[in-house]
Amino acid sequence: MALPQVKLDATEARLAPLTLPDGAVWATKAREEALARFRAMGVPTGRDEYWRFTKPDSLNAPEAPEAALFEGDENPAFCDIDRLSVVFRDGVFDAEASDDLTLEGVEIARLADVMVQDIHWAKDLYGVLEARGQDPVVRPFAALNTAFATDGVVVRVTGKPSKPLHFRYLHEKTDSDAILHFLVKVEEGADVTILEGGPAAARFNKCFEVDVADRAAFHHVRSQGRDHERRAVTHVFARLGEESTFKSFTLTANGRLTRNEAFIELTGDNAVAHIAGAAVGDGDFHHDDTVFITHDAVNCESRQVFKKVLKNGAVGTFQGKILVKAGAQKTDGYQISQSLLLDEDAQFLAKPELEIYADDVACSHGSTSGAIDEEALFYLRSRGVPEAEAQDLLVLAFLAEAIDEIEDEGIAEDMRTRLEGWLLRHRS
Amino acid sequence: MLKINNLHVKLEEEDKQILKGVDLEVPAGAVHAIMGPNGSGKSTLSYVLSGRDGYEVTEGGAALEGEDILEMEPEERAAAGLFLAFQYPVEIPGVGNMTFLRTALNAQRTARGEEELSAADFLKVVREKAKSLKIDADMLKRPVNVGFSGGEKKRNEILQMAMLEPKMCILDETDSGLDVDAMRLVSEGVNALRDEGRAFLVITHYQRLLDHIKPDVVHIMADGRIVKSGGPELALEVENNGYADILSEVA
Ligand SMILES: Nc1ncnc2c1ncn2[C@@H]1O[C@H](COP(=O)(O)OP(=O)(O)O)[C@@H](O)[C@H]1O
Ligand SMILES: [Mg+2]
Repeated sequence: MALPQVKLDATEARLAPLTLPDGAVWATKAREEALARFRAMGVPTGRDEYWRFTKPDSLNAPEAPEAALFEGDENPAFCDIDRLSVVFRDGVFDAEASDDLTLEGVEIARLADVMVQDIHWAKDLYGVLEARGQDPVVRPFAALNTAFATDGVVVRVTGKPSKPLHFRYLHEKTDSDAILHFLVKVEEGADVTILEGGPAAARFNKCFEVDVADRAAFHHVRSQGRDHERRAVTHVFARLGEESTFKSFTLTANGRLTRNEAFIELTGDNAVAHIAGAAVGDGDFHHDDTVFITHDAVNCESRQVFKKVLKNGAVGTFQGKILVKAGAQKTDGYQISQSLLLDEDAQFLAKPELEIYADDVACSHGSTSGAIDEEALFYLRSRGVPEAEAQDLLVLAFLAEAIDEIEDEGIAEDMRTRLEGWLLRHRS
Repeated sequence: MLKINNLHVKLEEEDKQILKGVDLEVPAGAVHAIMGPNGSGKSTLSYVLSGRDGYEVTEGGAALEGEDILEMEPEERAAAGLFLAFQYPVEIPGVGNMTFLRTALNAQRTARGEEELSAADFLKVVREKAKSLKIDADMLKRPVNVGFSGGEKKRNEILQMAMLEPKMCILDETDSGLDVDAMRLVSEGVNALRDEGRAFLVITHYQRLLDHIKPDVVHIMADGRIVKSGGPELALEVENNGYADILSEVA
């Protein structure tokens, strides 16, 4: 179907400052195909079904809108954990600041180095899961990412590395426009934890393609940084094999615009996918979780747990779908999206969806929006807990179901501490 | 300890007067009971004293150890030594019972300029007190009152009281919904706290509780007022004859 002229124009304007990077034959082919996908979809507009809640303008703009740097006063996330750190400054790999990339059980290479090699396993993954994830709903910025990303890392996990990999994204220039692309291939029976932290750039476009083989496990925890003015559109495309596990948690505090997309396909029987998020926003904050989970195998479990705490004009949106294909019997699908509105100015918009073509499934979804429970607040205060502290306690309790999705107790505690700090700084 | 003087209270949202001049004085070391028909204002009195929103004091006052409490925030009243065992304890999903107890205790200590209790000391004290109320480790770990039976909720209120060691304890129908064994546990918990420096105001419908927690004075409340006060025998009279006789006698 031909795109309307405005969309064509906006799409070409978006592409104008960009040039396809050089690379090996397969890499160029993948990029050209992605570019063709992007052109066919066009940039999103507010009329597109999955862009009604979130204005794409600042993502469509040819140049990144400026974003002031944030002077942090606490340790960056995950820095107290033993980990292998891979550092990017405004979207560019920094070998100097990164740890040595060798670790038993995992092969890590820089994307820029991989994309020029004639033969590499990345050929079978780069842009492949992203392309699959374009149906039935398009994700134009992911195609844009595949076409133009030059940096990122590719990870092949063959065993159980002794520590997590940590992708650390520093934001140092007020006008940086970063595109990072990551491949994570978790081989049969392997098990990895990947941490992501930091604001990355004034505008950040990120794409993860994650292939989790049979009986493999992928754990993912990220904290998106505290910069108030940054914008980000991120994607996780994942395919899950038999008896595999995918667990992802995201903490978002601040940020003018965040759109986190996930497209997860359960293709092997008995696979488990959990995806959770805790977002807190005060003022100029727009947070969008767009999640699409496809059950295409028997006896799989999926859980979506998304919680948002909003005040002072902050906006949260959730679009989540569970699609159960014919034959995906014994599916156990759960989805909950909730917001806690701390004042009258905050807003939450949700579009929960179930689409089921199998008859023997148990799927449930719920979406709620509410205020602090005044009865509980009074009960706490009557026991001597000061009002602000009591409110914070109730907010953390509200977020608990999402944080509880993090398996590692140390990392969960790190996330809790960050949320406590944020709440303390944002008391009214 | 507690002195309530000609207290008039109406609902904030409606033009409805609920307390119509309550006078009551509970000295340190004493146990007073309030009985009265449903809707007479007993819970309202306990809520107004502890600082819940939604009520407006139109006349009179209340003082704890000589200090006007009605202007204080609920948490300040708690730190000053006031405690209400709720008629309907509130469930708080996501907040562990233990975290709740520790946060409350340390908040009160901080407010009074005392040092916080260390995690280890706290644990020791809470385990000991929980044990005597037959509150097991699981109940301590679970979210506050979530999934607790009626009796467990009431025992949990008494545990909080035992931990916080308030000076003025108000118990609002703590006996309702308790079986005989739970009633004994709760009463023992209360009696263990009886002390020269502490006073109790026990709101109840039943003589039964007062067999265990012996009151010094029994007050009868009706239509927002204390209409009669007397010794423990007044509770027996209510038990045997109901409120009708007393109410017609004072009308
Ligand atoms: N928040 C409220 N809204 C409406 N009516 C109330 C409220 N609180 C109390 N009342 C009314 O005030 C009266 C006294 O209630 P309450 O104090 O609960 O009595 P008791 O505890 O003696 O049974 C009742 O008529 C009750 O319906
Ligand atoms: Mg009552």
